[in-house]
Amino acid sequence: MTNEILLLGGMTFVTFLVRYPLLAVSGRITLPPKLLQALNYVPPAVLTAIVVPIVLIDGDTLWFGVGNPRLIGALVALGIGLWKKNLLLTILVSMGVFLLWQTLFS
Amino acid sequence: MTMAPKLTKHPWHEFWAGARQTIPLIIGAIPFGIIFGTLAQSSGLSFGGAMGMSAIVFAGSSQFIALGLLAADTPIGIIILTTWVVNLRHLLYAVSLVPYVKHLSQAWKLPLGFWLTDENFMVAIQRYRQDDPSSHKHWFQLGSALAMYASWQFCTLLGLTLGQSIPNASAWGLDFAMVATFIGMTIPYLVSRPMVATVVTAGITALLARGLPHQLGLLVAAIAAISTGILVENYLEKRHD
Repeated sequence: MTNEILLLGGMTFVTFLVRYPLLAVSGRITLPPKLLQALNYVPPAVLTAIVVPIVLIDGDTLWFGVGNPRLIGALVALGIGLWKKNLLLTILVSMGVFLLWQTLFS
Repeated sequence: MTMAPKLTKHPWHEFWAGARQTIPLIIGAIPFGIIFGTLAQSSGLSFGGAMGMSAIVFAGSSQFIALGLLAADTPIGIIILTTWVVNLRHLLYAVSLVPYVKHLSQAWKLPLGFWLTDENFMVAIQRYRQDDPSSHKHWFQLGSALAMYASWQFCTLLGLTLGQSIPNASAWGLDFAMVATFIGMTIPYLVSRPMVATVVTAGITALLARGLPHQLGLLVAAIAAISTGILVENYLEKRHD
Protein backbone atom coordinates (compact mmCIF):
# COMPACT_ATOMS: atom_id res chain seq x y z
CA MET A 1 0.00 0.00 0.00
CA THR A 2 2.73 2.47 1.02
CA ASN A 3 4.62 1.33 -2.05
CA GLU A 4 1.66 2.05 -4.31
CA ILE A 5 1.31 5.56 -2.90
CA LEU A 6 5.01 6.12 -3.51
CA LEU A 7 4.75 4.73 -7.03
CA LEU A 8 1.68 6.78 -7.98
CA GLY A 9 3.03 9.92 -6.35
CA GLY A 10 6.35 9.60 -8.15
CA MET A 11 4.83 8.82 -11.55
CA THR A 12 2.39 11.72 -11.18
CA PHE A 13 5.16 14.10 -10.16
CA VAL A 14 7.53 13.31 -13.04
CA THR A 15 4.70 13.33 -15.59
CA PHE A 16 3.41 16.70 -14.39
CA LEU A 17 6.99 17.97 -14.39
CA VAL A 18 7.13 17.36 -18.13
CA ARG A 19 3.64 18.62 -19.02
CA TYR A 20 3.19 21.77 -16.97
CA PRO A 21 6.34 23.94 -16.44
CA LEU A 22 6.61 25.22 -20.02
CA LEU A 23 2.94 26.19 -19.96
CA ALA A 24 3.47 27.84 -16.58
CA VAL A 25 6.22 30.16 -17.88
CA SER A 26 4.70 30.59 -21.36
CA GLY A 27 3.78 34.22 -20.64
CA ARG A 28 7.38 35.12 -20.00
CA ILE A 29 9.07 33.42 -22.95
CA THR A 30 9.04 34.24 -26.65
CA LEU A 31 9.95 31.41 -28.98
CA PRO A 32 12.31 32.25 -31.85
CA PRO A 33 10.69 32.02 -35.32
CA LYS A 34 12.97 29.12 -36.28
CA LEU A 35 11.67 27.08 -33.36
CA LEU A 36 8.05 27.93 -34.17
CA GLN A 37 8.68 26.70 -37.70
CA ALA A 38 10.11 23.47 -36.32
CA LEU A 39 7.12 22.89 -34.04
CA ASN A 40 4.81 22.56 -37.05
CA TYR A 41 6.42 19.17 -37.59
CA VAL A 42 5.89 17.86 -34.05
CA PRO A 43 2.50 16.13 -34.48
CA PRO A 44 3.24 14.04 -37.61
CA ALA A 45 6.78 13.28 -36.40
CA VAL A 46 5.71 11.92 -33.00
CA LEU A 47 2.64 10.07 -34.30
CA THR A 48 4.68 8.30 -36.98
CA ALA A 49 7.53 7.47 -34.62
CA ILE A 50 5.04 5.82 -32.26
CA VAL A 51 3.14 3.89 -34.90
CA VAL A 52 5.77 2.49 -37.30
CA PRO A 53 7.59 0.22 -34.81
CA ILE A 54 4.27 -1.11 -33.45
CA VAL A 55 3.19 -2.00 -36.98
CA LEU A 56 6.42 -3.49 -38.30
CA ILE A 57 8.20 -5.02 -35.30
CA ASP A 58 7.10 -8.41 -34.03
CA GLY A 59 9.01 -9.57 -30.99
CA ASP A 60 12.39 -8.25 -32.04
CA THR A 61 12.33 -8.58 -35.81
CA LEU A 62 10.94 -6.72 -38.82
CA TRP A 63 7.80 -8.31 -40.23
CA PHE A 64 7.05 -7.09 -43.75
CA GLY A 65 4.94 -10.03 -44.93
CA VAL A 66 1.26 -10.12 -45.95
CA GLY A 67 0.66 -12.33 -42.91
CA ASN A 68 1.26 -9.32 -40.60
CA PRO A 69 -2.27 -8.15 -39.67
CA ARG A 70 -1.02 -4.84 -38.23
CA LEU A 71 0.76 -4.04 -41.50
CA ILE A 72 -2.35 -4.83 -43.56
CA GLY A 73 -4.55 -2.84 -41.15
CA ALA A 74 -2.15 0.11 -41.26
CA LEU A 75 -2.08 0.12 -45.08
CA VAL A 76 -5.89 0.03 -45.13
CA ALA A 77 -5.98 2.93 -42.64
CA LEU A 78 -3.61 4.89 -44.86
CA GLY A 79 -5.68 4.16 -47.97
CA ILE A 80 -9.07 4.93 -46.44
CA GLY A 81 -7.70 8.01 -44.70
CA LEU A 82 -6.21 9.48 -47.89
CA TRP A 83 -9.31 8.59 -49.88
CA LYS A 84 -12.19 9.51 -47.55
CA LYS A 85 -10.50 11.98 -45.19
CA ASN A 86 -12.71 10.79 -42.35
CA LEU A 87 -11.02 9.79 -39.10
CA LEU A 88 -13.82 7.69 -37.61
CA LEU A 89 -14.32 5.74 -40.85
CA THR A 90 -10.55 5.20 -41.07
CA ILE A 91 -10.43 3.72 -37.57
CA LEU A 92 -13.49 1.48 -37.94
CA VAL A 93 -12.66 0.03 -41.38
CA SER A 94 -8.97 -0.60 -40.66
CA MET A 95 -9.84 -2.13 -37.28
CA GLY A 96 -12.30 -4.46 -39.03
CA VAL A 97 -9.73 -5.49 -41.64
CA PHE A 98 -7.10 -5.99 -38.93
CA LEU A 99 -9.35 -8.28 -36.88
CA LEU A 100 -10.42 -10.23 -39.96
CA TRP A 101 -6.82 -10.67 -41.09
CA GLN A 102 -5.71 -11.70 -37.64
CA THR A 103 -8.46 -14.34 -37.48
CA LEU A 104 -7.67 -15.68 -40.94
CA PHE A 105 -3.90 -15.87 -40.64
CA SER A 106 -3.19 -16.89 -37.07
CA MET B 1 -9.53 14.63 -39.94
CA THR B 2 -12.37 16.77 -41.26
CA MET B 3 -11.80 19.53 -38.79
CA ALA B 4 -14.14 22.15 -40.20
CA PRO B 5 -13.23 25.60 -38.92
CA LYS B 6 -16.16 26.86 -36.91
CA LEU B 7 -16.57 30.45 -35.88
CA THR B 8 -17.81 29.62 -32.43
CA LYS B 9 -17.91 32.62 -30.18
CA HIS B 10 -19.32 31.18 -27.00
CA PRO B 11 -16.86 29.36 -24.68
CA TRP B 12 -19.21 26.41 -24.23
CA HIS B 13 -19.55 25.99 -28.00
CA GLU B 14 -15.78 25.59 -28.12
CA PHE B 15 -15.89 23.23 -25.14
CA TRP B 16 -18.42 20.87 -26.72
CA ALA B 17 -16.78 21.12 -30.12
CA GLY B 18 -13.52 20.01 -28.46
CA ALA B 19 -15.24 17.08 -26.81
CA ARG B 20 -16.94 16.07 -30.08
CA GLN B 21 -13.73 16.26 -32.14
CA THR B 22 -12.10 13.93 -29.61
CA ILE B 23 -14.67 11.13 -30.03
CA PRO B 24 -12.74 9.24 -32.75
CA LEU B 25 -9.62 9.37 -30.59
CA ILE B 26 -11.56 8.14 -27.60
CA ILE B 27 -12.75 5.18 -29.65
CA GLY B 28 -9.12 4.47 -30.50
CA ALA B 29 -8.16 4.60 -26.82
CA ILE B 30 -11.05 2.53 -25.40
CA PRO B 31 -9.35 -0.86 -25.89
CA PHE B 32 -6.21 0.52 -24.25
CA GLY B 33 -8.03 1.68 -21.14
CA ILE B 34 -9.88 -1.61 -20.81
CA ILE B 35 -6.74 -3.69 -21.33
CA PHE B 36 -4.90 -1.56 -18.77
CA GLY B 37 -7.64 -2.28 -16.21
CA THR B 38 -7.64 -5.95 -17.13
CA LEU B 39 -3.88 -6.38 -16.73
CA ALA B 40 -3.47 -4.18 -13.66
CA GLN B 41 -4.35 -6.65 -10.97
CA SER B 42 -2.41 -9.55 -12.44
CA SER B 43 0.61 -7.23 -12.56
CA GLY B 44 0.42 -6.65 -8.84
CA LEU B 45 -1.47 -3.35 -8.68
CA SER B 46 -4.50 -3.13 -6.40
CA PHE B 47 -7.94 -2.03 -7.62
CA GLY B 48 -7.47 1.35 -5.98
CA GLY B 49 -3.91 1.60 -7.26
CA ALA B 50 -5.06 1.02 -10.84
CA MET B 51 -7.92 3.53 -10.63
CA GLY B 52 -5.61 5.99 -8.89
CA MET B 53 -2.96 5.63 -11.57
CA SER B 54 -5.47 6.44 -14.31
CA ALA B 55 -6.85 9.31 -12.23
CA ILE B 56 -3.68 11.12 -11.20
CA VAL B 57 -0.91 9.94 -13.56
CA PHE B 58 -3.20 9.84 -16.60
CA ALA B 59 -0.58 8.82 -19.16
CA GLY B 60 -1.54 5.69 -21.07
CA SER B 61 1.74 4.44 -22.47
CA SER B 62 3.70 4.96 -19.25
CA GLN B 63 0.91 3.28 -17.27
CA PHE B 64 1.31 0.20 -19.45
CA ILE B 65 5.07 0.22 -19.09
CA ALA B 66 4.70 0.58 -15.33
CA LEU B 67 2.52 -2.56 -15.28
CA GLY B 68 5.13 -4.50 -17.19
CA LEU B 69 7.89 -3.33 -14.84
CA LEU B 70 5.79 -4.05 -11.74
CA ALA B 71 5.13 -7.57 -12.94
CA ALA B 72 8.92 -7.98 -13.30
CA ASP B 73 9.50 -6.76 -9.72
CA THR B 74 11.35 -3.63 -10.85
CA PRO B 75 12.33 -1.17 -8.08
CA ILE B 76 9.92 1.78 -7.79
CA GLY B 77 12.66 4.32 -8.51
CA ILE B 78 13.37 2.71 -11.88
CA ILE B 79 9.65 2.68 -12.75
CA ILE B 80 9.39 6.38 -11.94
CA LEU B 81 12.52 7.19 -13.96
CA THR B 82 11.17 5.20 -16.91
CA THR B 83 7.85 7.04 -16.66
CA TRP B 84 9.71 10.34 -16.88
CA VAL B 85 11.67 9.32 -19.98
CA VAL B 86 8.62 7.82 -21.70
CA ASN B 87 6.68 11.04 -21.07
CA LEU B 88 9.43 13.40 -22.24
CA ARG B 89 7.68 13.75 -25.59
CA HIS B 90 5.13 15.94 -23.81
CA LEU B 91 7.86 18.61 -23.71
CA LEU B 92 7.44 18.90 -27.47
CA TYR B 93 3.68 19.29 -27.00
CA ALA B 94 4.04 21.86 -24.23
CA VAL B 95 6.49 23.99 -26.18
CA SER B 96 4.16 23.82 -29.20
CA LEU B 97 1.33 25.17 -27.07
CA VAL B 98 3.36 28.07 -25.61
CA PRO B 99 2.28 30.70 -28.18
CA TYR B 100 -1.39 29.79 -27.73
CA VAL B 101 -1.70 29.62 -23.94
CA LYS B 102 0.69 32.38 -22.87
CA HIS B 103 -2.14 34.85 -22.20
CA LEU B 104 -4.02 32.43 -19.91
CA SER B 105 -3.99 32.48 -16.11
CA GLN B 106 -2.28 29.74 -14.10
CA ALA B 107 -5.76 28.56 -13.12
CA TRP B 108 -6.10 27.52 -16.77
CA LYS B 109 -2.54 26.44 -17.48
CA LEU B 110 -2.38 24.07 -14.53
CA PRO B 111 -5.33 21.85 -15.51
CA LEU B 112 -4.46 22.08 -19.22
CA GLY B 113 -0.98 20.88 -18.30
CA PHE B 114 -2.25 18.06 -16.13
CA TRP B 115 -4.61 16.83 -18.89
CA LEU B 116 -2.08 17.15 -21.73
CA THR B 117 -1.92 13.82 -23.57
CA ASP B 118 -1.04 12.71 -27.10
CA GLU B 119 -4.69 12.76 -28.14
CA ASN B 120 -5.52 16.03 -26.42
CA PHE B 121 -2.54 17.76 -28.00
CA MET B 122 -3.24 16.50 -31.51
CA VAL B 123 -6.83 17.75 -31.42
CA ALA B 124 -6.10 21.03 -29.63
CA ILE B 125 -3.17 22.11 -31.82
CA GLN B 126 -5.32 21.74 -34.93
CA ARG B 127 -7.89 24.10 -33.39
CA TYR B 128 -5.28 26.62 -32.24
CA ARG B 129 -3.74 26.75 -35.71
CA GLN B 130 -7.02 27.55 -37.45
CA ASP B 131 -7.09 31.15 -38.65
CA ASP B 132 -10.36 32.32 -37.14
CA PRO B 133 -10.05 34.92 -34.39
CA SER B 134 -11.94 33.04 -31.63
CA SER B 135 -10.50 33.96 -28.24
CA HIS B 136 -11.92 30.84 -26.60
CA LYS B 137 -9.84 28.13 -28.23
CA HIS B 138 -8.53 27.05 -24.84
CA TRP B 139 -12.10 26.00 -24.04
CA PHE B 140 -11.83 23.67 -27.01
CA GLN B 141 -8.70 22.13 -25.50
CA LEU B 142 -10.44 21.82 -22.12
CA GLY B 143 -13.46 20.07 -23.67
CA SER B 144 -11.20 17.63 -25.47
CA ALA B 145 -9.17 17.02 -22.29
CA LEU B 146 -12.19 16.30 -20.10
CA ALA B 147 -13.75 13.97 -22.67
CA MET B 148 -10.48 12.03 -22.88
CA TYR B 149 -10.04 11.98 -19.11
CA ALA B 150 -13.60 10.82 -18.35
CA SER B 151 -13.44 8.04 -20.91
CA TRP B 152 -10.02 6.86 -19.65
CA GLN B 153 -11.38 6.54 -16.09
CA PHE B 154 -14.46 4.72 -17.32
CA CYS B 155 -12.47 2.28 -19.47
CA THR B 156 -10.05 1.55 -16.63
CA LEU B 157 -13.02 0.73 -14.41
CA LEU B 158 -14.53 -1.48 -17.13
CA GLY B 159 -11.27 -3.37 -17.46
CA LEU B 160 -10.96 -3.81 -13.70
CA THR B 161 -14.49 -5.20 -13.40
CA LEU B 162 -15.85 -6.74 -16.61
CA GLY B 163 -12.40 -7.23 -18.10
CA GLN B 164 -11.66 -9.99 -15.62
CA SER B 165 -14.34 -12.16 -17.22
CA ILE B 166 -13.03 -11.76 -20.78
CA PRO B 167 -10.57 -14.56 -21.48
CA ASN B 168 -7.14 -13.25 -22.41
CA ALA B 169 -8.45 -9.82 -23.48
CA SER B 170 -4.99 -8.39 -24.01
CA ALA B 171 -4.10 -10.99 -26.63
CA TRP B 172 -6.86 -9.96 -29.05
CA GLY B 173 -4.75 -7.22 -30.58
CA LEU B 174 -7.43 -4.60 -29.90
CA ASP B 175 -4.65 -2.15 -29.19
CA PHE B 176 -4.44 -1.83 -32.98
CA ALA B 177 -7.21 0.78 -32.57
CA MET B 178 -4.59 3.25 -31.37
CA VAL B 179 -2.42 2.59 -34.44
CA ALA B 180 -5.41 3.25 -36.71
CA THR B 181 -6.22 6.46 -34.82
CA PHE B 182 -2.69 7.78 -35.01
CA ILE B 183 -2.42 7.01 -38.73
CA GLY B 184 -5.71 8.84 -39.28
CA MET B 185 -4.38 11.82 -37.31
CA THR B 186 -1.17 11.90 -39.38
CA ILE B 187 -2.82 11.93 -42.81
CA PRO B 188 -4.05 15.58 -42.77
CA TYR B 189 -0.42 16.65 -42.39
CA LEU B 190 0.72 14.91 -45.57
CA VAL B 191 0.10 17.98 -47.72
CA SER B 192 3.64 19.17 -48.49
CA ARG B 193 7.00 17.67 -49.36
CA PRO B 194 8.65 18.73 -46.07
CA MET B 195 5.84 17.01 -44.16
CA VAL B 196 6.19 13.81 -46.21
CA ALA B 197 9.96 13.90 -45.61
CA THR B 198 9.27 14.31 -41.88
CA VAL B 199 6.98 11.29 -41.76
CA VAL B 200 9.32 9.06 -43.78
CA THR B 201 12.28 10.02 -41.59
CA ALA B 202 10.27 9.46 -38.40
CA GLY B 203 9.32 5.95 -39.52
CA ILE B 204 12.78 4.87 -40.62
CA THR B 205 14.58 6.40 -37.62
CA ALA B 206 12.08 4.91 -35.18
CA LEU B 207 12.84 1.47 -36.62
CA LEU B 208 16.60 2.00 -36.50
CA ALA B 209 16.57 3.45 -32.97
CA ARG B 210 14.08 1.03 -31.45
CA GLY B 211 16.81 -0.73 -29.49
CA LEU B 212 17.38 2.30 -27.26
CA PRO B 213 16.09 1.85 -23.69
CA HIS B 214 12.93 3.44 -22.23
CA GLN B 215 11.46 4.28 -25.64
CA LEU B 216 14.19 6.88 -26.16
CA GLY B 217 14.16 5.83 -29.81
CA LEU B 218 10.82 7.65 -30.10
CA LEU B 219 12.43 10.95 -29.09
CA VAL B 220 15.46 10.42 -31.32
CA ALA B 221 13.16 9.66 -34.26
CA ALA B 222 10.93 12.68 -33.57
CA ILE B 223 13.87 15.07 -33.40
CA ALA B 224 15.51 13.62 -36.54
CA ALA B 225 12.17 13.87 -38.37
CA ILE B 226 11.51 17.47 -37.30
CA SER B 227 15.03 18.47 -38.36
CA THR B 228 14.54 16.81 -41.75
CA GLY B 229 11.27 18.69 -42.24
CA ILE B 230 12.97 22.03 -41.60
CA LEU B 231 15.92 21.18 -43.85
CA VAL B 232 13.63 20.23 -46.74
CA GLU B 233 11.44 23.29 -46.17
CA ASN B 234 14.47 25.63 -46.19
CA TYR B 235 15.93 23.91 -49.23
CA LEU B 236 12.67 24.27 -51.21
CA GLU B 237 12.39 27.94 -50.20
CA LYS B 238 15.94 28.71 -51.31
CA ARG B 239 15.34 27.03 -54.64
CA HIS B 240 12.28 29.22 -55.25
CA ASP B 241 14.12 32.47 -54.46
